[in-house]
Amino acid sequence: MSSIKIKKEVADKIEAICKSFNNDASELINVLHQTQDYLGYLPTEAQEVIAKHLNISPAKVFGVVSFYSFFSMVPKGKCPVAICLGTACYVRGAEKIVDAFSQRLNINVGETDKDGIFSLNTLRCVGACGLAPVALVNGQVYGRLVADDVKRIIEENKAKFGI
Amino acid sequence: MHLLICGGTGCTASQSLEIVDKFKAELKANNLEDEVQVVKTGCFGFCEKGPIVKVIPDNTFYTEVTPADTAEIVKEHIIKGRKVNRLLYLDPKEKEHVSDSKHMNFYKKQIRIALRNCGFINPENIEEYIARDGYAALGDVLANNNPTATIDIIKKSGLRGRGGGGFPTGMKWEIASKNHADQKYIICNADEGDPGAFMDRSILEGDPHSIIEAMAIGGFCIGATKGLVYIRAEYPLAIHRLQVAIDQAREYGLLGKDILGSGFDFDIDLRYGAGAFVCGEETALIHSMEGQRGEPTFKPPFPAQEGYMKKPSNVNNVETLANIPVIINKGWEWFASIGTEKSKGTKVFALAGQVNNVGLIEVPMGITLREVIFEIGGGIKDGRKFKAVQTGGPSGGCLTEKHLDTPIDYDNLIAAGSMMGSGGMVVMDETSCMVSITKFYLDFTVEESCGKCTPCRVGNKRLHELLDKITQGNGTMEDLEMLRELSHVIKDTALCGLGQTSPNPVLSTIDNFWDEYVAHVVDKKCPAGQCKKLMQYVIDPELCIGCGKCAKDCPVSTIKRTDYIAPGHKLASMEIDQSKCIKCGACQAGCKFNAISVK
Amino acid sequence: MINVTIDKKALQVPEGTTILKAARMAGIDIPTLCYFELNGMNFENKPGGCRVCMVEVKGRRNLAPACATDVTEGMEVFTSSPRVLKARKTVIELILSDHPNDCLQCEKSGDCELQALATRMGIRRIPFNGEQSTYKIDSTLSVYRDMDKCVYCRRCETMCNKFQSAGALSGVNRGFPSVVGTSFSKPLGDTSCINCGQCVQVCPVGALTLVDNIQDVLNAIADPKKTVVVQTAPAVRVALGEEFGMKPGEIVTGKMAAGLRRLGFDKVFDTDWSADLTIMEEGTELLGRLTKALAGDKNVKLPMFTSCCPAWVSFYEKNFPDLLEYPSTAKSPQAMFGAVAKNFLATKMGVKREDMVVVSIMPCLAKKSELAREEFAVNGNRDVDFSLTTRELAHMLKQCNIDLTQLPEEDFDNPLGQSTGAGVIFGATGGVMEAALRTAYEVHCKKPLPRIDFEETRGLEGIKEATIDFDGFPLKIAIAYSLSNARKLMEEVRAGNPNGYHFIEVMACPGGCIGGAGQPYHHGDSDIIRKRMEATYREDAGKPIRKSHENPDIIAIYKEYYGEPCGHLSHEQLHTHYFNRQSTVEFEK
Repeated sequence: MSSIKIKKEVADKIEAICKSFNNDASELINVLHQTQDYLGYLPTEAQEVIAKHLNISPAKVFGVVSFYSFFSMVPKGKCPVAICLGTACYVRGAEKIVDAFSQRLNINVGETDKDGIFSLNTLRCVGACGLAPVALVNGQVYGRLVADDVKRIIEENKAKFGI
Repeated sequence: MHLLICGGTGCTASQSLEIVDKFKAELKANNLEDEVQVVKTGCFGFCEKGPIVKVIPDNTFYTEVTPADTAEIVKEHIIKGRKVNRLLYLDPKEKEHVSDSKHMNFYKKQIRIALRNCGFINPENIEEYIARDGYAALGDVLANNNPTATIDIIKKSGLRGRGGGGFPTGMKWEIASKNHADQKYIICNADEGDPGAFMDRSILEGDPHSIIEAMAIGGFCIGATKGLVYIRAEYPLAIHRLQVAIDQAREYGLLGKDILGSGFDFDIDLRYGAGAFVCGEETALIHSMEGQRGEPTFKPPFPAQEGYMKKPSNVNNVETLANIPVIINKGWEWFASIGTEKSKGTKVFALAGQVNNVGLIEVPMGITLREVIFEIGGGIKDGRKFKAVQTGGPSGGCLTEKHLDTPIDYDNLIAAGSMMGSGGMVVMDETSCMVSITKFYLDFTVEESCGKCTPCRVGNKRLHELLDKITQGNGTMEDLEMLRELSHVIKDTALCGLGQTSPNPVLSTIDNFWDEYVAHVVDKKCPAGQCKKLMQYVIDPELCIGCGKCAKDCPVSTIKRTDYIAPGHKLASMEIDQSKCIKCGACQAGCKFNAISVK
Repeated sequence: MINVTIDKKALQVPEGTTILKAARMAGIDIPTLCYFELNGMNFENKPGGCRVCMVEVKGRRNLAPACATDVTEGMEVFTSSPRVLKARKTVIELILSDHPNDCLQCEKSGDCELQALATRMGIRRIPFNGEQSTYKIDSTLSVYRDMDKCVYCRRCETMCNKFQSAGALSGVNRGFPSVVGTSFSKPLGDTSCINCGQCVQVCPVGALTLVDNIQDVLNAIADPKKTVVVQTAPAVRVALGEEFGMKPGEIVTGKMAAGLRRLGFDKVFDTDWSADLTIMEEGTELLGRLTKALAGDKNVKLPMFTSCCPAWVSFYEKNFPDLLEYPSTAKSPQAMFGAVAKNFLATKMGVKREDMVVVSIMPCLAKKSELAREEFAVNGNRDVDFSLTTRELAHMLKQCNIDLTQLPEEDFDNPLGQSTGAGVIFGATGGVMEAALRTAYEVHCKKPLPRIDFEETRGLEGIKEATIDFDGFPLKIAIAYSLSNARKLMEEVRAGNPNGYHFIEVMACPGGCIGGAGQPYHHGDSDIIRKRMEATYREDAGKPIRKSHENPDIIAIYKEYYGEPCGHLSHEQLHTHYFNRQSTVEFEK
């Protein structure tokens, strides 16, 4: 079998996370949450190291990671854009907002732009149905959107990242 | 005097936290900080008009407040005692400002049991919960020391699970109490995944202690010393408030060892969901809590026999639990007096879609859809026509005009081809295409299917493909028949509740909107004008002056000149070859004479 | 007892019986696909996922999966009502709608459970058109994966994790893209896979198949420059007949030798012979370790583990790198045969090493990977060139128009063809142990065994333990098949061997090599494995010589070539060493 290449500080942090859950395999999902909080995503080496500490197979870890939509194996942009596709937003035209972001950012849903700034995703109901349709941009909720708002939101966030 | 400011997710997104800060600053500037308390509460429910600010004791209900309005409220209302009229709710029918929320149509017909504290207390302060009879029920239950009697109260109250299935809660507790084991678990399912439903989130954000208290009561009744809350990781605010509440409850000796000197030990841990709708199914939820893929398993064994870590476990939905302490405090007779014969109490709905008053409502069982949509909801937006209401989320169905006067309860909704579900209620008007909305739900089911069983993994995929084919204008009448037949087989053969109910949107729309399907298939038309592929851009020869700009704008050169010259025009009009049109809309956008329309 | 009516037939069944089993008792065969059980062998796959076995239960809202639903008092079941048939056919059509339509070329054709199901249910067209899953083809030296054909029954996953605890496979993704995959979709060869091939043995369709080497062997035979010799493993002769319609448990040793000769092999030898040789080496090694331990040597590694099973060798190299000194250093019989053939035999026959091709016929897929171990070659020339499974041999015979049933009984060639009963029983769980005990006892105690048959080493329990009286010395032994059982024993050893075992035999496959992944598909009928086991002991009992050290050809080769067991030359040719193959963490700068 091959060797796993990983930065020492990352390996140490993952070890500490696993240890904080007593290396208990039933805590795998909590371990994955914390690791993703730390790294922003779950690269294969991180999953391999988790598997070692929790004494389960890497296949099993991957099986769990690939099951849950919250876990990502690709790095997200610094400014993640997520458009709610809950029913309330959908019937109030969320698809048009997705299209507008996709066109403006020139990326498809699930992708990150080439500068690693914006990534585009959809999610299911943030519970702000009163503001439908809603987008979450860099953690902030933008509500009652129409397609024409998208340009302004992107510029506003670009400015936050000094672009 | 109290200023209650909604700190729910919706209002927070509209700057309600800034409003809180501004109020504090204004009050301080006016030396009123000791007389007036600013309280950040949970959701008021009236999200449509958020951010909401409520003034107690006179119950003034301000809507759509901005941080800039705070100075005026303090100066006028608090100091001079004059209500700020322009911020009061304007009744759209009566065209009058309503000051007291009790008189607003949105609240008139509501009975708030599960949401009793949401919007009234600061959820991060246990004292406020205790001040409203909080933990009294737990105290009683522990003092009486008779789990069987308590279970009996819940049974007699008629409370049924609010998460979807509607299984009698008392009976579920009784079964769990009768299975003996060294360790049992009471689990709260807070992995609200239904798109368009946010009642669990609002309760956890607005009244977390009610859940803790109910879990402790449930734990005592079934003999569990451990409680687990399986909560969506996407709900950071709810997680935070619940954690704060758990810490406070421990501090007050309401969780932990020997609660209230009763000898009963009970504590609660949080487990995070990770984005899988199927984990609402209890066996899948349990596997997920054990660090596994959230795949359901066949029942029996039921969780009450073999659940979390193979120990007897009892899974309850958030809203169900929120009812428990009140039932103990006020008695089962009171609770059972609300509702219909087989569905007691109230139900919280997330009213959303094309309705004027979007928000979170709690209504007695037995209320009609008409009352909910047209009185509480204030009718359809922009004066359009009601078309359908979808209840039960992806597991439910679309109900129509003819169902509007049906009293809402578990059994009636099922009889009508839908279901209660967790309480999503999405209203649609004539601009919603029922084939598209069905495809939207199947898209959800396909994405959320765990993949374990064939009918759900492959069958729903095929349903989705058939619906897609129909919205693309390629459907046949045989496809409609296949949709129906396949739906019945999936319902009959799928492993868990997700798969067994996933064809409901298909079947209910085929039943209620057959003509709309036929229009897509036979006439190749989408009556709601939503299916892009079925739209036709048409040039009105009487309006077209024949300038030819549209032909230049068309990226696929599908517009040609006819030989018809309309009276008064010099040039022959243009015509679109529908067989080549890609429906990009460039012609319409460029036409200065409004000669091009969509049909 | 519970009263139940199935298709209007009333019967009484014990509590806890599933509808599927109750129906079988009533002679009603409800079709299944994902359900798979090796009765009495600790293997059950019951995800209730395929939904083929759905039946109608009176009073129930929806259909019930017969495999997972227990009967209840008074239950009325209908297994072929119009509603059931419609549902069952639709479910099969759905499965087929996401399955390649290439039965004619499929390796599994004729053995495919999905094909049989479609035929049985009279599926004539697939009404659903839509997306089909596509995956990259992946292959080790043993296992070939074409996951486009996966029906997500999860049998392989259960086998890999529950039975073998190898952890190479898991369900990955969700919804329509769900498939059984490896960690991060890596090639199987880069994972903790041990090539036991049991995933192939249980796969109902052609998603997991073996790597076919028939053409390689046909080419070698056709090459006039090559001398092609073949060895056949003990378990092959008790199963090969099944491929030709013979009953499980029929012994075809003589016909097989004749068939191999008809195929054009220059010499037809027997792995049973090298099994006897293995006993000489391994038995001597065990006695050596015991003697040292009894003399107070604290550095001696006990218990000693057998090392004949290549999946097991791979397993401890990947999972127990700290215990690599415990297994016997003796090579497997396949590898010993190769070493003897390419050294001793080639010289004796006057054939250059490069011109000799050694082919093995094995019940096993792991042997295809074992022969490629670098240390089992000289200057890149492997001791064993190709390994064919029992199934491949059957195919090869059929391709060459040879009907096994019509062949006469013939003997093996000499000098690597004569074997004892001890070599024969290598094919069954406990057999290597029993063979070793027969020799070790007589060598150690210097007196004949009071009884040749060790009943305590036989049978199909997953872990067997016994204490054998070695003339006053209590020899503690354990025998395991399935690597999850082996893992338990290894963990015991790691924890200081509290049970004081001296010798442990491990085989990976159900019932040992007779249940190997290269054997004819048993489709979950564990009685087939039992019959093969009975045949193995029958063959042993009928052998004139039943102890390895009494094999005249073995005595001769030590006299003529190796000198003594565990001597210098045998160390060079017949023993090996092990490698740490666990994945390691390296820090990046």
